[in-house]
Amino acid sequence: MSETLSDITVELGVPAGLRGVPTTDVPETKKTFTSDQEVRWCPGCGDYAILAAVQGFLPELGLRRENIVFVSGIGCSSRFPYYLDTYGMHSIHGRAPAIATGLAVTRPDLSVWVVTGDGDALSIGGNHLIHALRRNVNLTILLFNNRIYGLTKGQYSPTSELGKITKSTPMGSLDAPFNPVSLALGAEATFVARTIDSDRAHLTAVLHAAAAHRGASLVEVYQNCNIFNDGAFDLLKSPETRDDMLIRLEHGQPIRFGADLDKGIRRDQVTGALEVCAGDDPAVIVHDAHAADSSQAFALSRLADPGTLARSPIGILRQVDRATYGDRMSEQLETAVGTQGPGDLAGLLAGSDPWTVG
Amino acid sequence: MSGKQVHELDRVIIRFAGDSGDGMQLTGDRFTAETAAFGNDLSTLPNFPAEIRAPAGTLPGVSSFQLHFADHDILTPGDAPDVLVAMNPAALKANLEDLPRGATIVVDTSEFTARTLKKVGYDSNPLDDGALSDYKVHALDLTGMTMDALAAFDLTRKEASRSKNMFALGLLSWMYGRPIEGTIQFLEKKFAKHPVIRDANIAALRAGWNYGETTEDFAVSYEIKPAALAPGRYRNITGNLALSYGLVAASQRSGLPLFLGSYPITPASDILHELSKHKRFGVRTFQAEDEIAGVGAALGAAFGGALGVTTTSGPGIALKSETIGLAVSLELPLIVCDIQRGGPSTGLPTKTEQADLLQAMFGRNGEAPVPIVAPCSPGDCFYAALEAVRIAVTYRTPVLLLSDGYLANGAEPWRIPEINDLPLIEPRFATARNQGNGNGSAQFWPYLRDRETLARPWAVPGTAGLEHRIGGLEKADGSGNISYDPQNHDLMVRTRQAKVDGIAASIPPLSVDDPSGEARLLVLGWGSTYGPIGAAARRVRAAGYPVAQAHLRHLNPFPANTGDVLRSYDRVLLPEMNLGQLALLLRGRYLVDIRSYNRVRGLPFKAEELADVIEKAITDV
Ligand code: SF4
Repeated sequence: MSETLSDITVELGVPAGLRGVPTTDVPETKKTFTSDQEVRWCPGCGDYAILAAVQGFLPELGLRRENIVFVSGIGCSSRFPYYLDTYGMHSIHGRAPAIATGLAVTRPDLSVWVVTGDGDALSIGGNHLIHALRRNVNLTILLFNNRIYGLTKGQYSPTSELGKITKSTPMGSLDAPFNPVSLALGAEATFVARTIDSDRAHLTAVLHAAAAHRGASLVEVYQNCNIFNDGAFDLLKSPETRDDMLIRLEHGQPIRFGADLDKGIRRDQVTGALEVCAGDDPAVIVHDAHAADSSQAFALSRLADPGTLARSPIGILRQVDRATYGDRMSEQLETAVGTQGPGDLAGLLAGSDPWTVG
Repeated sequence: MSGKQVHELDRVIIRFAGDSGDGMQLTGDRFTAETAAFGNDLSTLPNFPAEIRAPAGTLPGVSSFQLHFADHDILTPGDAPDVLVAMNPAALKANLEDLPRGATIVVDTSEFTARTLKKVGYDSNPLDDGALSDYKVHALDLTGMTMDALAAFDLTRKEASRSKNMFALGLLSWMYGRPIEGTIQFLEKKFAKHPVIRDANIAALRAGWNYGETTEDFAVSYEIKPAALAPGRYRNITGNLALSYGLVAASQRSGLPLFLGSYPITPASDILHELSKHKRFGVRTFQAEDEIAGVGAALGAAFGGALGVTTTSGPGIALKSETIGLAVSLELPLIVCDIQRGGPSTGLPTKTEQADLLQAMFGRNGEAPVPIVAPCSPGDCFYAALEAVRIAVTYRTPVLLLSDGYLANGAEPWRIPEINDLPLIEPRFATARNQGNGNGSAQFWPYLRDRETLARPWAVPGTAGLEHRIGGLEKADGSGNISYDPQNHDLMVRTRQAKVDGIAASIPPLSVDDPSGEARLLVLGWGSTYGPIGAAARRVRAAGYPVAQAHLRHLNPFPANTGDVLRSYDRVLLPEMNLGQLALLLRGRYLVDIRSYNRVRGLPFKAEELADVIEKAITDV
């Protein structure tokens, strides 16, 4: 693909995550990224808002449309690529991070996105997700978490609250849910964020930061499935409760929440755990998304109640720089060519001790 | 030279056997290299235990290496050894039953103590109790002589004793007139950083040679004249190495960067190891978190325009099935290498079998045809890999390359090809829109097919104007949009099948080897049975019976003339290292009654065994 790279000027000053991806001067709009396919989610599904936000935000990146690829797995959210007029692959259940890994490491000139859901990413594909994060492949992973299986019509998912009554769990689910942000932090992710389908501005800001990050970015999007799990995030969305239930994180800012920022987060000096305190408590901690150590980000992720999600932190929990898997691989290839010269097939086939007959 | 007698032989089979830690593979490799340098034709087969470090001196810990070399061209590593080199009681016991009466045994006596004998179940010492009276036994204290030879070196007894394999190699090299200069150079290089070890090994090697030359125990040495191989440059090569090189060559000849996604598994891991060395060829190797990720990443790379490859064995194919099915639906080039081993389940990881044929053929949901190519010898793995890539790229399809443990680890002299003689493979990426949309502008249809090959366009990301989405859902013919239309599904299923069937037009016809032209029996094979069947057919012909031999390298689709060939013989005999998988396919496809001969012992067929089976089949016709 080198010829596609060489005849295109790559704009200087592009964010690290998009370095190497050709840009365009031709103005792009939402329409540029809207495919001719009819969108087929249930009316009222949170996926619509996310699609609109992505289509609205992609033009701001100024990338050549043909150098953007969306790869998805299976599930409602995984229909996403069909609706974007970029390159795309709707793959198989759980495997999108693996497929995207092969694409991203061989094509550093592409902006590669993974769209997945809670079942896709955390159940059947859990292994691929954690390894993509650990390797720090240059991917932006959008994990639509609706806490339910939608496409298969309403079974509980690995993020459903304990005791969830569904078709497959008439007496309540028996297993504790994953907290995707905690999981990603535990998997050594270099970028971990959470946002909400209904908050367009927040969603867009997080997408920007995720795209700009070089490495694997995990963005958990709380997404409402109005058919099988309607209102799952109401506590976090309704004007009456949301200010007390959502902890909005801003790097470098004290962590305060509540209607009048009357609550804060401080560290318990004995146990080291984080706890809620008064907003004016002098011990309120300052959010440091770039801390080398992930303990505080992890502690923040644990504030959310596993059942109700009350006190869910949203925003960027962690963003640190670490060389990506693909960049390291490219470096090794360059080093090999630099020290041994380019490959010589005849020499390779002949080996070190050939002999001649006749 | 001493005044000893030299006897001429036309071929010899030697087996080196010892504890896993005794360095038998290295000894075998070096003897092979010396033999190749001397100019004999040869064929080798290592045999190692599944356990990495089985307890020393036990039967499960025995590792061996068999080498067949001759003054004429040969096809197999040989049925039964003429010479066994046994480094301990376990090695003797584990290999004795493979020896024909009259064979030569060179045995290291140093470990024949009551305790070690007991460990392997010998009640009395076989060296004294007459158990070996039918053999020519050279019972020698190889370890003791090695330590004596190295007395001047600053080494512990244990360290010195480790060079006993080089002493044995020196002795055997003398017996068969092998040059040892290559091994000396090899040791100089290998132990360049450890001068004492280097010099000790070289001294042990020379001591072994000198021992043969001076001792009364060996009255004769043997000469095996060089073989008349076709002129050219040769090297020794294993199947896994040849397969790796074939993939690198295919990458170079197609201009597609090679990407390997793989998870370690016996006996395929050596391909991952090998390809990871060739970064200067632009080869990217990805050791994935599991088998599924290995093939997934390869498919993702293929979507981006790379030569996507995954390597595994039977259990890994089972895990990759869904992704291979996706590749069938996406119609992207993908190379899936299955280095077969004994199954089912974990089975016999270090033993060979060809029982994944039906899995390769049918192991996916839905109608998901996948072309299958099977190499017939270690060296052929190179060309089979190139052929698999040609089919995958030309027809935009996953291809299964079915090798096996016998080919993977076996080695033979291989004529080094001229690069310009290797086929060029044209990726022919799509660069322009291919479909008018009525209003004067054009659009891109990812499933608009080439009329001849039925291949769809391969449009890689980064190509402006060809943005498209593909997936595992059924697609409308042409446009590639999701389609649930019944007629369209029927059409797409049939079209994917027709595309794979159509590959037959691009492969050579099945050729038959029938020197007399009078054969009424055809012996058919596929994969690694080529060597044993060929050797057996030669024996049968030498005994005066006409027999025809044919070998299938393409198993899906079959060469176009396969049915005609099968029908033109009174009887078809098909030996397989499975319970009749190819026979099932051929019977179903061509309604030809096929007589199967099946053994699943984890071992290749023996030529003698097959010769008996063939003779019997001829007299039955
Ligand atoms: S089932 Fe739920 S998640 Fe799926 S499309 Fe409908 S509303 Fe959206």
